Amino acid sequence: MTGPAGIPNERTRLAVAGARATVAASLKEQPRRDVVLNATFAGLLLLAVLLALAGLVALLAQAFVTGAPALGVDLVTNVPSTLHPENAGFRPAIIGSLELIAGVILFVVPIGIGAAIYLEEYADKTRWWNRAIEVNIQNLAAVPSIIYGILGLAFIVRGPLDLGFILAAGSLTLALLVLPVVVIAAREAIRAVPDSIRQGSLALGATQWQTIRAQVLPAAISGIATGVILAVSRALGEAAPLLLVGATVFVTFDPTPFSGDGYSALPVQIFQYATRPQEDFQTVAAAGVIVMLAVLLAMNSFAIWLRNRYEQRW
Amino acid sequence: MTSSKWLMIVASVAVLAFGVTACGGSGDESTGGGSDLSGTIRIDGSSTVAPLSEAVAEQFQAENPDVKVTVGTSGTGGGFEKFCAGETAISDASREIESDEVSTCKKDGIEFEQVRVATDALTVMINNENPVSCLTVDQLGAVWGANSKISNWSEIPGLEEETDEDLALFGPGTDSGTFDYFTEAINGEEGVTRKDYNNVGEDDNATVTGVEGSPGGMGYAGFSYYTENEGKLKALEVDNGEGCVAPSVEAAQDESYAPLSRPLFIYPSGSALEKPEVKAFINYYLDNVNSVAELVGFIPLTEEQLEESKSAAAKAGA
Amino acid sequence: MATTGSGAMEPAGGPPRRLQATNPRYGEKVIQGLLALCGILSVLTTTAIVISLIGPTIGFFQIVPVGDFLFGIDWTPQFEPPSFGVLAIVAGTLNVALWGMLFAVPVGLGSAIYLSEYATPRVRKTVKPVLEILAGIPTVAIGLFAASFILPEIIQRFWPGDFLGGVDKPFMALAAGLAVGLMVVPIIASISEDAMSAVPSGLREGAYAMGATKAKVATRVVLPAALSGIAASIVLAISRAVGETMIVLLAAGSTPNFTFLPNEAVQTMTAYIGVTATGDISTGSVDYESVFAVGSVLFVMTLAMNLVSIRLVRKYREVYE
Repeated sequence: MTGPAGIPNERTRLAVAGARATVAASLKEQPRRDVVLNATFAGLLLLAVLLALAGLVALLAQAFVTGAPALGVDLVTNVPSTLHPENAGFRPAIIGSLELIAGVILFVVPIGIGAAIYLEEYADKTRWWNRAIEVNIQNLAAVPSIIYGILGLAFIVRGPLDLGFILAAGSLTLALLVLPVVVIAAREAIRAVPDSIRQGSLALGATQWQTIRAQVLPAAISGIATGVILAVSRALGEAAPLLLVGATVFVTFDPTPFSGDGYSALPVQIFQYATRPQEDFQTVAAAGVIVMLAVLLAMNSFAIWLRNRYEQRW
Repeated sequence: MTSSKWLMIVASVAVLAFGVTACGGSGDESTGGGSDLSGTIRIDGSSTVAPLSEAVAEQFQAENPDVKVTVGTSGTGGGFEKFCAGETAISDASREIESDEVSTCKKDGIEFEQVRVATDALTVMINNENPVSCLTVDQLGAVWGANSKISNWSEIPGLEEETDEDLALFGPGTDSGTFDYFTEAINGEEGVTRKDYNNVGEDDNATVTGVEGSPGGMGYAGFSYYTENEGKLKALEVDNGEGCVAPSVEAAQDESYAPLSRPLFIYPSGSALEKPEVKAFINYYLDNVNSVAELVGFIPLTEEQLEESKSAAAKAGA
Repeated sequence: MATTGSGAMEPAGGPPRRLQATNPRYGEKVIQGLLALCGILSVLTTTAIVISLIGPTIGFFQIVPVGDFLFGIDWTPQFEPPSFGVLAIVAGTLNVALWGMLFAVPVGLGSAIYLSEYATPRVRKTVKPVLEILAGIPTVAIGLFAASFILPEIIQRFWPGDFLGGVDKPFMALAAGLAVGLMVVPIIASISEDAMSAVPSGLREGAYAMGATKAKVATRVVLPAALSGIAASIVLAISRAVGETMIVLLAAGSTPNFTFLPNEAVQTMTAYIGVTATGDISTGSVDYESVFAVGSVLFVMTLAMNLVSIRLVRKYREVYE
């Protein structure tokens, strides 16, 4: 009944307790202590879950309650206004955000999928440089977004690329921010395709690229698309890097990708409204949050639908 | 669906988005005004003056829908940097241009004129319950000075009223022109201040709420923040050696509210003024600035000051 | 064209020729090269980040002594005279992260245990998506929530009077901290739950067979077995909390303050970068370079935490997969 040194060890104690409990149970007795502890523990766990849910509910409710007065078609068609806060809207910001994520998609889809294909299908995993790329991507996925803003400021807006404070620069910055997300999601999707598919294709005489293009990618497409949509949602909601690359100008016209006239984006505009004194701006800011959440909800629902509809089960 | 089909869909959506917005977006804001002015006017500089320029720009754009006016807030110094590099047409400034900035502009061939557009009365706000009504500039310096250890109202030297509240100080951050001006006026040098005050950054509104909520609160912000919240706070009268003066439109205009009334400027560049839309904008600005200033919470110019500004603008080329 | 490359007619005595296509597809090589380029872009990004941070940081240290920077507790770069002690804003970052984790670890871990050990499949199906929604909320919205709800309605209502000086302030580390905590709960919950699900049910069943209660199984069997995954999730959450910008900009304040008290306004590293880089700074000044110096500190901190987290995840994955 004891361990090597003659002292009762943990396993023994557990066994003894179990034996006792079994005996007690067979006598229809459950130690009071256990019942109480169990219930308390379960209760605490439930409390934890409820706290998380309550936080989310409070956030949504608060945004709705504060922003409801400003909801309306005007909110998305009006331009920002200093003179009439009650009429301030998000039109340039929404168009700016749409253009930003269009640019993000254009950049991130080919490069992200390309990198994922390379890492999964071509790269020799024993080579150190391929492992370095892998670790790199994982690290980049967790670098704070403001550091990407610094990168954008030093490299894209000024520095080598010297694009200036244009929307395309903001788009590129955001694309670099979410690229790791796409690569990681695409890799998971490609990895999930069973090898038998690849082997079969190769056995029939297809080249590696033909196999990938015609067999692997179509099979992985739903996972990849989900990853892209998640990345784009992330890009839509990010304000910190944009603060540094110039999305803070007060614009009242629709921004364009390459003009230096300034641009805005939805989360940045919300932030700007939130820091203005007039209470009407606070209402508009909350309403902007509602708009943004609605768009994100639509995108994520689409991603989930996509995943369920096209998911391949092996 | 094959992967290539998906990629095509995604690509075409993205291209469509770009195309629609790039082509269809501009020229969409047709309101009245049969103006044929067009172009872009870039303004940047002080975040204090920005609301004024934004408001004028808004009205101007309503009448001239093909002119795009953008107003940035890189700060007075940052604005001058861009201005002297030729990147902006007009620089907003909550202080006069400094000599080294003048030489940078000269070096790059940028000519300009200083055009005063409004006055701001920096207001020191205190809690409604506070019995104090007036402080001298020296007393303010004692409270806000770099090495100040005053933590209670009773410790302020020479205070007449009896009060025992703990001091709760609120003020803007170092990026703010308000900060620059207050520290220079009260402590003698820009940037000199005690470090342990509640720094509200750019959000001067937080100064208001902070002072409102603390019996011993004291904070400084632009005049508009006081007028918007009159009744919730008291404005401290300031004694600059000639008696206690409360901040008000008249006191700021005749400069008796000293040293905390400060002029606000725009600096249009000569080359920008050669463009008809900029010329029209500057003239529109000066014609409407007094009505807009009140809306935004600044103090309008006197007749005399307005005339001076108009002739300065004319000298620059307007 | 030539037929197979089998050594049908090779000179005697030489090594057999390998089977290889006589029509090498150059297109394949081109494609492989292009794809490799995509992979290399990730390395380029890291290199670019490091380069963009290093230059101005070195410039910064030519003006400000490293010791003053790393060990000073007064961060007032724009006061006259300026002081560059980064510990003030590092403390601000850690202050906010501390309160965040004090909220997120119990809530996240508790949710994970609940989902993994207690919840019915139906409950799990409802709760998991909700957590995913929480993970997807933009940080500016959470920041607004912190400033307009957490601060006035929760902290100011339930704080015991004047304890530690009261809470009558517009900005507070605790407000931002709780919001940041809420933001990272999904990270802890989902990764911990993954780790706990990976524990083989054999271990659980063995414990149940010996009469252990559910609570005991969860805490004494599953939790220790999943420990490295849980630790990874916590480290990742801390890393996210440290790197957060918008929430602290809206709720924590702009006063660099070397304190760990929850009811003080503080400035985090990220807030300093955000405020300064968009404000009134001229390129090449010490202020501008200070942004990069702080960025370097932030980058190094999060990098270290991420490497630790990756190693921990690898450990737990190794054991059971």
